[in-house]
Amino acid sequence: MSHATGIRYLKDGVLPHMWCSGCGIGVMLGAMLRAFEELDYKNTDTVVVTGIGCTGKADDYLVTNALHTTHGRALAYATGIKAFNPSLHVVVLMGDGDSVTIGGNHFIHAARRNIDLTAIVIHNFNFGMTGGQVAGTTPGGRFTSTTAWGNPERDFDICALAEVAGANYVARETPYHGWELKERIKEALDKKGFSLVEVFSPCPTHFGKNNEMKQTREMLDWFRERGLPVERYRKLSAGEKKNHFPVGKLVDRDEPDFNARYEEIRARATAPEG
Amino acid sequence: MAKEARLVQGNQAMAEGAIYAGARFYAGYPITPSSEIAEECSKVMLKVGGVYMQMEDEIASIAAVIGASLTGAKAFTATSGPGFSLMQENLGLAVMGEVPCVVIDVQRCGPSTGLATKPAQSDIMQLRWGRHGDQIVIALCPATVNECFALTVTAFNFAEKFRVPVILAPDEIVGHMRENFSVPEPGEIAVIDRKKPSVSADRYLPFAADADGVAPLAAYGSDYVFHVSSSMHGRDGYSNNDPANAAWRVAQLHRKIEMHQDEIVLTKSFAVEDADVLLIAYGATTRAGRAAAMEARKQGIKAGVLQLVTLWPFADKEVAALAKKAKTVVVPEMNYSGQVAGEVRRVLGSGAEIRRVNSYNGEIISPQDILKAIV
Repeated sequence: MSHATGIRYLKDGVLPHMWCSGCGIGVMLGAMLRAFEELDYKNTDTVVVTGIGCTGKADDYLVTNALHTTHGRALAYATGIKAFNPSLHVVVLMGDGDSVTIGGNHFIHAARRNIDLTAIVIHNFNFGMTGGQVAGTTPGGRFTSTTAWGNPERDFDICALAEVAGANYVARETPYHGWELKERIKEALDKKGFSLVEVFSPCPTHFGKNNEMKQTREMLDWFRERGLPVERYRKLSAGEKKNHFPVGKLVDRDEPDFNARYEEIRARATAPEG
Repeated sequence: MAKEARLVQGNQAMAEGAIYAGARFYAGYPITPSSEIAEECSKVMLKVGGVYMQMEDEIASIAAVIGASLTGAKAFTATSGPGFSLMQENLGLAVMGEVPCVVIDVQRCGPSTGLATKPAQSDIMQLRWGRHGDQIVIALCPATVNECFALTVTAFNFAEKFRVPVILAPDEIVGHMRENFSVPEPGEIAVIDRKKPSVSADRYLPFAADADGVAPLAAYGSDYVFHVSSSMHGRDGYSNNDPANAAWRVAQLHRKIEMHQDEIVLTKSFAVEDADVLLIAYGATTRAGRAAAMEARKQGIKAGVLQLVTLWPFADKEVAALAKKAKTVVVPEMNYSGQVAGEVRRVLGSGAEIRRVNSYNGEIISPQDILKAIV
C-alpha cells in the first residue's frame, strides 16, 4: 500500500504556507490530511471549521468544505452543522486561545454533549498571531509579551478538561511524534462522540524566543524530554509527574453521542399516542 | 368552513410562523420575555423532523444557527436585549458570509438587566448598528399577533431570498399579548426558499452574485463543495486581502439590499390621506397611536398613523411623502432618546415640526399620552 500524502485535499498553488519556520501547524495539517486520505474522506461530506489565530488560517489551504468563523466559537458553529446533518464529517481546528481561553465554554459543552465532532487543538502556549501574548494555556511563571516578569496564573490541562467534561476520545501528541499524531487523528475521526486531539506545538517565533527556546529544536527537545507515553507517565510519582506530560491516547470510551440520544428522544415525541 | 380561531400569544405565533415558513433548526438560550418561543420550538421541532438545541449561551446559539443554515436548514433563534448584545459578533458573520437566518429580539427595558419583564422599543439602533464594520440589515417589527405570524414568514422569505440575517423585533407587549388567531392554510402565505446553484460543481462560486445581487447558496453535504469565511473573501469564498476585492465586497453587501428597497420596506397606513397630524409608530405603540388618532378625529383634528413594519432599511420615501402633506409629525416610542424620531428628523430635515412622545419606565404609551401631543 502506498503511503497517503493527503495532497488531494490541498488547494493548488498555496504552498509554501504562511506559518513560521518551526511551527507545528503544518505538521498537524499534514497528519490530518493523511488521516483523511486513509479514511477516504470526500470533500463533499467533510466540513473543516476553523476559528481565529494561527491555526484559524488552515482553511485557506483546503479544498474540502470549510467555515472560517469567529474567535473561540468554531465548536458552536460546528455543532449546528453536525446536529442538522449527522452524516457529515465535521472537524474543528482551533488554537489554545480559541478552544479553551476565549472559547472555553463552548469546549466544555461540546464535550458534555458528546457531539460527534473531532476537535484538533494546536497548543503553542501563547497567542501567536497577535504577537505572543499570554493565554489560558501559558504555564505559570513563563514569559510572554504581556507577562514580562512571568505569568502569575496557572495553565489549563486541555486533555483533562475534555475528559471530565465527557469527551469520548482524548489524545495528545506533538510534531515530534508525527506518525503517532496521524494515527491519533485517525482514531479521533473514527470515534463516535466528541473527540479531542491536542497537539503541542513549538512557537519559536514568540513563546520560544521569550523562554530561552529560540531554536525550534529546543522546543522539540522540551516535548521529547517532557512528553512520556501515557503508560510510562502513569507509573510516575506525583512529584515526577510535575516535570512530564503524557502523550498518546488518554481517553477512549463509547458513551452514546448527541445525535444518537437526540433520535431516541425524537422517537418518544413522534410515537403514536395511546 | 370558517377556520377555528385560538387565543394565541405573540411569541407562540412567531414560533408557528417559523415552522410554517419551513424552519427546521432552532438554537437558543432562554431569556425573558422571549422564552415561550424556545419552549414551543422544543416541542414542535422534534415532531416535524427538525432540531431544537438549547445552547450554552447566545453566542453559541447564533453560531449554531449559522452552521445549520449553511448545512441547508432554515434556522432561527430568539432572544432579548442582553442575549441580542451577545449575538452581535456572530451576526456579523451571517452578514459577511451571506447566511440566511432569522433572529427574534423581543425587546425589553434596559440598559443592562434593566426591567427584565417590561417592554421597551430601545434596541432600534442596535438592530441597525449593533455589529462592528460597515453593513446593512433588514429588521421587521410586528404590532399584532397576526403580524407576529405573518412577519416571521416574511423574515424567513427575505432571509432566504437575499441571503441575509433578518431580525424580527417585537416589544415585550406584542410578544406576550394574546389575540384570536388561526394559522393560515399551507400556500396561503407564499414561502420562499433560497436559490440553489445550477452550474456544475467545479464551477460553483459561493459569492458570485447574479443580476439580482444574490449568489446561489449550496449546502454542506451536497454535491457542491464551498468555503464561507468571516474574513474578507473573494467570489470563491477564500480569504482575499486585495483592496479592490474588499471594496467590491462591502459595496455588494449593501447593494443587494438597496436594489430591493421597495420590496423590503413595508409600511401600513391608517387614515393618512387627509391627515394634518401624522403619527409615525411601530410595534405595540401603533395601536395606541391608532386609538389616539381616532379620538383626535372625534375632536375635529385630522390625525392618521403610518406604521413602520420594516424598521430597517428605514422608510425614507414613505415618511417623506406623508409628512409633506401633514402639518405636524408625532413619533411615540418606548425609549428615551427618540431612536426612530431621530431617523424621521434625518428624513424631514431640521425645519419640520416633530413632536416626540417617549416612555422609558417599562410602561406602555397610552392613547391619552399621544393625544396630549396632538391637541
